[in-house]
Amino acid sequence: MKDVSFGQYYNTTSFVHKMDARVKILLSIAYIVAVFLVKEFHFYGFLAAFLFIVLTTIFSKVPFFSVLRSVKGILFFVIFSAVLQIFFNTAGEVVFSWKFITITDKGLLKAGFIVCRIMMIVMGTALLTLTTTPVELADGIESLLSPLKLIKFPVHEFALIMSIALRFIPTLMEETDRIIKAQKARGADFESGNLIKRAKAMIPILIPLLVSSFRRADELADAMDARCYSGSKGRTKYKKQRITYRDIIGFLVLAGLIVGIVFLNGV
Amino acid sequence: MQIVCKNLTFAYGKRGVTAVKNLSLTIDEGEFFGIIGETGSGKSTFIQHLNGLVKPTTCDELTVGEFNLLDKKCDYKKLRSKIGMVFQYPEYQLFAETVFEDVAFGLKNFASLTKEETEKMVKEAIEVVGLDYEKIKNKSPFDLSGGQKRRVAIAGVLVTKPEVLILDEPASGLDPEGKEQLLSLLHSLHKSFVKTIIMVSHDMNTVVEHCTKVALFNKGEIYCSGRPSEVFFKLEGLEEIGLEQPLTGYLKKELELKGVNIESDLTVDDFVYNLVKKLKQGS
Repeated sequence: MKDVSFGQYYNTTSFVHKMDARVKILLSIAYIVAVFLVKEFHFYGFLAAFLFIVLTTIFSKVPFFSVLRSVKGILFFVIFSAVLQIFFNTAGEVVFSWKFITITDKGLLKAGFIVCRIMMIVMGTALLTLTTTPVELADGIESLLSPLKLIKFPVHEFALIMSIALRFIPTLMEETDRIIKAQKARGADFESGNLIKRAKAMIPILIPLLVSSFRRADELADAMDARCYSGSKGRTKYKKQRITYRDIIGFLVLAGLIVGIVFLNGV
Repeated sequence: MQIVCKNLTFAYGKRGVTAVKNLSLTIDEGEFFGIIGETGSGKSTFIQHLNGLVKPTTCDELTVGEFNLLDKKCDYKKLRSKIGMVFQYPEYQLFAETVFEDVAFGLKNFASLTKEETEKMVKEAIEVVGLDYEKIKNKSPFDLSGGQKRRVAIAGVLVTKPEVLILDEPASGLDPEGKEQLLSLLHSLHKSFVKTIIMVSHDMNTVVEHCTKVALFNKGEIYCSGRPSEVFFKLEGLEEIGLEQPLTGYLKKELELKGVNIESDLTVDDFVYNLVKKLKQGS
């Protein structure tokens, strides 16, 4: 249970780490769009998008392994979509056929491209969370969503809820671990029995967890009150977000990538 | 039940922090064993090994009575009914609708008893921790005061009549009176069905007053162990490993500097007795 870490921030200082969180969020979205823009079977377009992610990884000083590891979580999804393409795409020339299974060259190629596409998208977003602390991320989202204030959407509160939730995930994990151990010491058994029995066995964990979450929420509210928290009005930031030359370079490179991809699509 | 542990090492994950390093310790039956050390010295991790909640990374021998915890076929359920474990802030593990059900939880897990037997044992457990069974049995555990909650939680562990009782900082967060009551409860338990008590504590005064033996943990290793008076007497530089002498230890040292040497096992009663004796001799 201890190994579960949410928010996989990799702590170092680098070009990418120092970029503005808002810009990074926007660029990540733009990168996803760019990856989707690449027409199918355009090898050079994919190469360009791939090179971009490799170069960004190098500039971020995050080990390539950590970025790749992020794919692990959706490995099943990747394999599933690849298999779907391989077995059910009937276009193109048949390269293998056995009873009702036919595999075509187009199907294989398409599976390859889909795998690449998903992997690049996941790696791109992983790079965002690897180089941006959860707090920066929440601040960035708050700032990006601020136009919604016009329609009375509580942007600040939304961002606050998000950062509190992120902050308390490790705490609750620890708490869960402790309660599980305490109930196990009293002979609780979570591993045997049918589904209903196992679901029932969760009650002695969930109730104390729920109770302590309310207690923590209450205490946190009191602590915030004691420090005169009064919402977003007149609130200043400890860390001002500022656009620097790094963000402009990042923006230009990604714009170049998109132009390049569109150009290659036309060829 | 004698507890024997030889060369136990525990690390989080494959390359993680080593919480316990090459630890060897024997705890005899009948002991009131104190484990002290600063936060993060591996005390809590160590005690969780004793009922199989945590499995050692490497270990040469780990036995509790007839149970061999390194054996894959070890019957953990039976072991856990013999070894009661009270975690830090045990009141946070309460969950049932009534005090009765919460206390009976462990009993129902370990053995299938008749309704009457269950009732009898729950009643005993609640009375042992000094609460009024009839008054409290149908209350919600969340409606009780902090001290009562802790007692109920401890009753939930005692209900199976464990031979060994392990407590992790049982007195933390209690006022001085609650602390005294808790410790006298432990003593009376020690005289009845609980044969061995292992208590993790920060408080040197408590340990000196109550424990028959003590082990000092430092960075996952045993820094020193033995009878409390021996451990504290001899030890210089306790502060360096984040601990303090008991108050009587400091007093003894101060008096020694003034040329008064007092032989004592550092419990308050004994210290005062010997001090008075010395004073009478002097005058």
